[in-house]
Amino acid sequence: MIELIKNPNINFLGKRNIAFLVSGIFAIIGIIAIVRIATGHANLGIDFAGGTAIQLKFEKNIALHDVRLALESGGLKEFDLQDLPTENKILIRVKKTEQELGLVSENITNSISQKILNNTYVVDSTTVVGPKVGGRLRADAAKAVAMAIIGILIYVAFRFQFKFGVGATIATFHDVLAVLGIFYLMGKEINLILITALLTIAGYSLTDTVVVFDRIRENLKLKQKDSVESVMNTSINEVLSRTIITSTTVLLTSIALFFFGGEVLHDFSLAMIMGVIIGTYSSIFVASPVVLLWGGKRLFAKK
Amino acid sequence: MKKNIIWRLILIGVTLILAAVFFLPNTPLFPYMPEWWKKNMPDKGIVLGLDLQGGLHLVFEVEGNKAVEITTERIATRLKELFAKKNLTAEVIASGLTITISPSSPDIRKAVEENYPILVPVETGTSLVCKISDKEAQRIKDTTADQALETIRNRIDQFGVAEPTIHRQGENEIVVQLPGVKDPKRAIDLIGKTAQLEFKLVNDDTKVAAELPQSIAPGDEEELLKQFAGRIPEDTEILFEKKVNKETGAARKIPLLLKKQAALTGDLLSDAKVNIDSRFSEPYVSLSFNAAGAKLFEDVTGANVKKRLAISLDNTIYSAPVIQEKIAGGNAQITGSFSMEEAKDLSIVLRAGALPAPMKMLQNVTVGPSLGRDSIEAGKSAGIIGTIAVVIFMIFYYRFSGLIADFALLFNIVLLLGALASLNSTLTLPGIAGIILAIGMAVDSNVLMFERMRDELRAGKTPRAAVDSGYNKAFWTIFDSHVTTLITAAVLFQFGTGPIKGFAVTLSLGVAINLFTALIGTKSIFDIINSRRELKKLSI
Repeated sequence: MIELIKNPNINFLGKRNIAFLVSGIFAIIGIIAIVRIATGHANLGIDFAGGTAIQLKFEKNIALHDVRLALESGGLKEFDLQDLPTENKILIRVKKTEQELGLVSENITNSISQKILNNTYVVDSTTVVGPKVGGRLRADAAKAVAMAIIGILIYVAFRFQFKFGVGATIATFHDVLAVLGIFYLMGKEINLILITALLTIAGYSLTDTVVVFDRIRENLKLKQKDSVESVMNTSINEVLSRTIITSTTVLLTSIALFFFGGEVLHDFSLAMIMGVIIGTYSSIFVASPVVLLWGGKRLFAKK
Repeated sequence: MKKNIIWRLILIGVTLILAAVFFLPNTPLFPYMPEWWKKNMPDKGIVLGLDLQGGLHLVFEVEGNKAVEITTERIATRLKELFAKKNLTAEVIASGLTITISPSSPDIRKAVEENYPILVPVETGTSLVCKISDKEAQRIKDTTADQALETIRNRIDQFGVAEPTIHRQGENEIVVQLPGVKDPKRAIDLIGKTAQLEFKLVNDDTKVAAELPQSIAPGDEEELLKQFAGRIPEDTEILFEKKVNKETGAARKIPLLLKKQAALTGDLLSDAKVNIDSRFSEPYVSLSFNAAGAKLFEDVTGANVKKRLAISLDNTIYSAPVIQEKIAGGNAQITGSFSMEEAKDLSIVLRAGALPAPMKMLQNVTVGPSLGRDSIEAGKSAGIIGTIAVVIFMIFYYRFSGLIADFALLFNIVLLLGALASLNSTLTLPGIAGIILAIGMAVDSNVLMFERMRDELRAGKTPRAAVDSGYNKAFWTIFDSHVTTLITAAVLFQFGTGPIKGFAVTLSLGVAINLFTALIGTKSIFDIINSRRELKKLSI
């Protein structure tokens, strides 16, 4: 039998103050990110902010500088350029413009065709999103995250006690905030696919929390004499290896996606990798301490 | 072997065969299947989303208010006629969504009320201001969106796209999905063009017309309109004809003073075809009017010989030839410096008819075919590498039991692909990510069970008892953890657009199937092993 850690006996709950500090910082960064996103100061993707994104695939290697000059000569002022040098691809993003939708993309391709003559290209993808759609998608995304979290709260409260529901929900929300906050700090684009990753993280990080809670519930019945804190510690230690292993398998596939899944899924898998790691941490260090802090000794009373 | 093991094995066998049958169309084997198979068995399989096969996803907003404005204008014209007939003197002005009638009198109010019950007063005083009732306006917007949908469908049918999806979304939006279109710009132009064809008489003999410059540079139109605002007769307007110099390629705009009221409109056409001019071998579009149109065209040309008749499409003039003589027979042509493609597209939009109101593009997602291919390849390799990593990890950590879990994992993947194929689901790039994540989550159930079994073994139970109680005790944990993932997947499905929906579908199917394979699949294998002879030691 290969065991990750033989008979672990770590005082997880005793470290709750450090954990609350670390998680508090994560949560604050996440909340700042949300405020910045809501006020439109974050690096919002085209799908949320509205605008035009064009990805071009050139035949030969292309210098960003040349593309910039070509676009400026075509009268474009505010745009972002990003390149994938290994594949000779360039991503051009134009956020707010006075030009009519659709004309921007034409303007871009025209300027490049006129100025860059020795390197042919094909248009890999074009995304044009009007401000109305962007606003609606932003509202939808916020609604979805809220709905998912309420759904989780209800389910866990229904299956366990309400206090556990709150603990699980706070841990889950913490994971979502942390990943969002890190993405914000990294200056990564906040877009629909990231929201998808966040919701998946919310669902998945709960798996570990449920495993821990299940054991706590079971042990609360068996070990009525021990303190709640020690029951929780024992339970977390007992399920520690499975918590880590279930996360490891998902981590393995997320890493495979990150390295081999292609450019479009790159940020998605990065978010998943972070989410799985943070979710494992929070199911150990956040979920149970919250229940302890709030529920205290009365947990034995029911069920 | 116990009876219930046999039943479970049969169940597994049947689901595997079903999955294989449904997924077959997605494999290279399908073309080699016999004819009767292709005819009677599932032949569609998993459908590739636009992001994987390349194509266009467009969302348009039908400007329903414009349609209400047009109706308002039409009612105002009829009101004028009505008042003239009834000998009522009042000025009727339609502006935007309201009609102002002044002065207002009881007779006028009564006439409006009786003849146009859909008009509601907004303001009554010295003048009567009214508008179309909200309910009626809503109905107009609704029909406008329906008509626009129908027109777009006609245009796309004639353009020729395999399996387009065109549907209304919400109150006034139209979603158009065109897989595999090679020339996105052309398709967008074709769909988005209002295509309001009008024949308008040129007002060459007024004094103002003589003051108009010969031609101006493109971009200066606004300025010219400003300069002449208020100076042109009320029933006229200035539109521009675009002329391109064939040698230099330079474009000029020629301003023309036209009668506002169209002499003829495109809804009187019966057909539009592309022909080639034999002298310059240049394509042009020939129009045929229906009977009413032909009669009107004959009257208009007869009454205006030596005058010019401008042909305008969406307020751009294509040509303004001089009427040489009365034209009978109901044929006309639109010339311009068309390319063959442009002429063809123009004939399509004219045949399919004008949109009842202009449309605004809200969203355009275009994916080229090469990006889609790259994405599929990347998804495949990530999936294979991820699976291999998980398979090796499970064997390394759980030895023989890990191998059993790996079989269950492969079973899981086959069932998932089969289930997606049986639903003819649309596979999107995030959907591929969903499958790959589901692979990582699939072994979780087994991990939970194996760890439970280890607990039981440590507690001194025999391998068989450990397997049984391990399964029983882990069940609810597994169930709960799956349900939470399903909750978020359901939310994603509810709010997501195409690609995200695809993700929600693959992830939730993957998780649901996992519950089945973990509880039926691996358990059966353990039971079979245990039923031969009691294991002394469990490799876990």
